[in-house]
Amino acid sequence: MPALFPESASTMASRVDALYFFLIAVAVFFSVLIAGLIVYFAVRYRRRTPEGVGVNIHGGLLLEIAWTVIPALIAAVIFVWGASVFFAMSRPPDETLNIYVVGKQWMWKFQHLDGQREINELHVPVGRAVKLIMTSEDVIHDVFVPAFRVKADVLPGRYTNIWFQATKPGRYHLFCAEYCGTRHSGMIGEVIVMEPSEYEAWLSGSRVEGSLASTGEKLFQDLACITCHRADTQGRGPVLQGLFGKTVQLQGGETVVADEAYIRESILRPAAKITAGYQPIMPTFQGLISEEQLLELVEYVKSLNTQQSPAK
Amino acid sequence: MRTLVLPPHHYLNDGYGIKSWLLTRDHKRIALLYLAAITFFFFLGGSFAVLIRLELVTPPGDLVSDETYNKLFTMHGVIMVFFFLIPSIPSTLGNFLVPLMIGAKDLAFPKLNLASWYIYVLGGLFTIYALVTGGVDTGWTFYTPYSTVSSTTSVIPAAMGIFITGFSSILTGLNFIVTIHRMRAPGMTWFRMPLFLWSIYATSLIMVLGTPVLAITMLLVAAERVLHFGFFDPALGGDPVLFQHLFWFYSHPAVYIMVLPSMGVVSEIVAAFCRKQIFGYKFVAFASMAIAVLGFLVWGHHLYVAGESVYAAMIFSALSFMVAIPSAVKVFNWTATMYKGSISWKTPMLYAMGFIGLFTIGGLTGLFIAAVGFDVHVTDTYFIIAHFHYIMVGGALMGYLGGLHYWWPKISGRLYPESLAKLSAGIIFLGFNLTFFPQFILGYLGMPRRYHAYPPEFQVLNVLSSAGASILGVGYLIPMAYLMWSLRYGKIAGANPWGASGLEWTTTSPPPTENFAETPIVTEEPYTYPLRAEAHLG
Repeated sequence: MPALFPESASTMASRVDALYFFLIAVAVFFSVLIAGLIVYFAVRYRRRTPEGVGVNIHGGLLLEIAWTVIPALIAAVIFVWGASVFFAMSRPPDETLNIYVVGKQWMWKFQHLDGQREINELHVPVGRAVKLIMTSEDVIHDVFVPAFRVKADVLPGRYTNIWFQATKPGRYHLFCAEYCGTRHSGMIGEVIVMEPSEYEAWLSGSRVEGSLASTGEKLFQDLACITCHRADTQGRGPVLQGLFGKTVQLQGGETVVADEAYIRESILRPAAKITAGYQPIMPTFQGLISEEQLLELVEYVKSLNTQQSPAK
Repeated sequence: MRTLVLPPHHYLNDGYGIKSWLLTRDHKRIALLYLAAITFFFFLGGSFAVLIRLELVTPPGDLVSDETYNKLFTMHGVIMVFFFLIPSIPSTLGNFLVPLMIGAKDLAFPKLNLASWYIYVLGGLFTIYALVTGGVDTGWTFYTPYSTVSSTTSVIPAAMGIFITGFSSILTGLNFIVTIHRMRAPGMTWFRMPLFLWSIYATSLIMVLGTPVLAITMLLVAAERVLHFGFFDPALGGDPVLFQHLFWFYSHPAVYIMVLPSMGVVSEIVAAFCRKQIFGYKFVAFASMAIAVLGFLVWGHHLYVAGESVYAAMIFSALSFMVAIPSAVKVFNWTATMYKGSISWKTPMLYAMGFIGLFTIGGLTGLFIAAVGFDVHVTDTYFIIAHFHYIMVGGALMGYLGGLHYWWPKISGRLYPESLAKLSAGIIFLGFNLTFFPQFILGYLGMPRRYHAYPPEFQVLNVLSSAGASILGVGYLIPMAYLMWSLRYGKIAGANPWGASGLEWTTTSPPPTENFAETPIVTEEPYTYPLRAEAHLG
C-alpha cells in the first residue's frame, strides 16, 4: 500500500491539511450528488418506447437561484479559508533564522549567516522559524518542501522569501518545482531538521572561513566601496551604518524602504534610485559580482546596524 | 419499415478528386479537412504521452534521456493544446454545424474559412519542423528566461508555429461571430438558437480577443531570443514574470476555448437523448457568456507562487471562484434536464454523462487550487496535471467524442456500430480515471510535474497511472477504427436517426452542398418535443 498522504513536519502543514480535508468533503459531496442523480435519472427515466419523449419542463427560477447562491456561499468560505492560510504563509514572524538560497542550473546553494555553506542539503533546527531569502543565478527555479507545504519561485534578478517552522526532526525532500531545463528533476535536495543541540553541534562542526557579514566586509574593502561609503558623513556616497530597514529619501521626492532588494539593486544599478543629496557617480557592478557575493555584501550592510562603527 | 437509402446528391459526392477537396469552399468539407488534420495531431500528441507514461513506470530516468523526456512533454503539450484541443470542436463540429443549425447555406466567409485551414496546416508544419530539427524543451508554457536565454532547442520554429496557428483560430472565430449575427434563417432568434451555438459564439469571442495577446507574446519571445531585446531577461533589464502575465492572459481563457464548445455539445446531446427541453435554457446560454467574460480576469491564479503580491493573489483567487459559479450552474441544469426525460442510453449520451461526471470533478478540484493557501502546496505538482486533464480530457475530449458520435450519421450518412462504440466509451471512461485519479494523490504527496526521475515512494501510483494510460490509448484507437469502417460499411442512417430536434436533422444525411433544399423558417423554441410531422424526414 503506497502512502496516500504526505508527512506533516511544519506548523503550516496542519493548516493546509485541514483545508484539504474540508475541500475533499465538499468535492465528495457534490460529485456523489451529481453522479448519483445522473445514474438514478438515467435508470429511472430510461426510454421505454422508441417514440418516447420527455416531460417538458422549462426551468425553475427558485432552483436556479438555489444552485447559484449555495455554491457561491461555499466558494466564499473556501476563499476566506484559503486566503487566511496564505496570509500566514506570506507573513514570517519578526524573529526568524535567515538563510540565503541561490538556485542555479541544477543545484541549490545555501548560505548560513555564520558562514556555513551547503549544496543540496539544508540543516535547520526544529521549532524555530526559518526564513529563506532566495534568488537565482539563471532561470526561474522553485523551492518546494512537501512535508512543510511551502513553495515559492526563485527568480533571477530579485529576492523572494518563504518561511517555515519545522516541527519534527528528520530528512525531507526538497524539490525544484519550476521547470528549469535538462536536469530539472535532478535539482533536488534534502532539508535536515535537527534538535537545537544537534544543530548547534552541526554549526560549530562545519568548517567556515568567517561569517557571511565578515566575508562581505572583506569584499566591501576589496571592491573599494569603502572609499565613498564611509562611516563618517564625509564620503561621496551615503552612509550605510544604520541604513537597513530605514526609509530612504530619494531624489525627486520618492521614498523607498532599504530592504535586501533595494541594496541589491543599488549595487547592480546604482542609477535606478539615487539617494537625495548625492551625485549619481557610483559605477555599476552588474556582471562583475556573483549572486553569492551580492548576498555577502547585503549581509554586511545589514550587519552595520548592530555593529559599533569603528570611526566613531 | 422502408429501406433507407443515401440521398442521390450530397456534399460528399459533389465532386471527386483532390482538387475538389483542397479548393473547396463548402464548410462541411472544410470541417472534414480539419477532422483529418486534428486527428493526425491527436495521435501524434498521444504517442508522446505514451512515451512519457512508459518512462514514469520506474523511478529512475531509464527509458529516455532527460533531454528527450523534456522534449516529449513539451511537444505533447504544444500539440495537444494548440493543434488539437483549441481547434477540435470549433473547427470540425463547429464548421460543420454552425450553418446547418441556423439554417444557412454556408459560413459568412467561405474562402476565409478555407484560408484558416491552410494557416492551421502551415502552423502545424512549422511545429513539425521544430520537432524534426531536434524538438523543443521549454514546456508548452515557454517560461522565460529559460525559453529566451537558456534553452538551446528549436524554440523559434515552435513559437512561430503557435503564432501562425493563432491566426487560423482568430479567423475561424471571426467567421462564426459574423455568421451567427448575420445569417440566421427567418425566425431563428437568439433565444431559439441551439445552446451549441451560444457556446460557439462565446468561444469565438475569446478566440478573437485573446489570441492576439498570445501572438504578441510569442513575438516578444522571438525578439528577445534572436535580437536580445530585454523584455523578460533580468540580465537585460527585463522582467521574467511579465511573460507569465502575458502568456496566461491568453492561455487561461484558452482553457474555456477548449471546454465551452464541449459544454455546447453536451447540451445538444442531453436534450436529444432525453427528448426534452434543456432545463433553464437562458441560464445555460448566459453561463457560457459569463464564463467567456470572467475567464479573462483570472490569469493571475497561475502566479500565486511566482512573486505576485499577496493582494493581487487575493483578487485573482476571488475572481477564480466566481468563474466556477456559471460552470456549476450548467452542471446542475444538465442534471435537472434528465429529470423526467425519456433517456436513451446511446453512445453520445454515455459520453455526455461521462462529461458531466468528470467535468464536475475537474471543476471541484478547480475550487481546491483557486484557494491560494492550498494552491501553494500543489501548484507545479501532479495535482495540477490531474486537474487540467479532468477538464481537458475528461471534459473537452469526452464532449468532442460524444459530439462526433452524435453527428457522425449527419456527417457520413451512416451509423457507427453501437455496441462497439458503447464498449469503447466505457474503456475510455475507466482508462481515463485510472490514469488521472492517482495523479491527484501524487500531487498532494508532492511529486512535481515535469520530472524525468522521481523518488521511489511515488512508484505505485505512477504505475497505476501508466496502466490507465495504456487502457485509454486502446480506447481511443477503437473509435478511430470503427468510424473509418462505418464510412463504407455502416448502416444507412437516414435524415434523423436519433429522432432529435434541430435544423441539422431536417435535411438529408449527408446534407446537400447547399445544406437545405429551401431556406427553413423557424417557428418554435429549440428542443421542442414531440417533433412536428415534417421534421420526420428519415
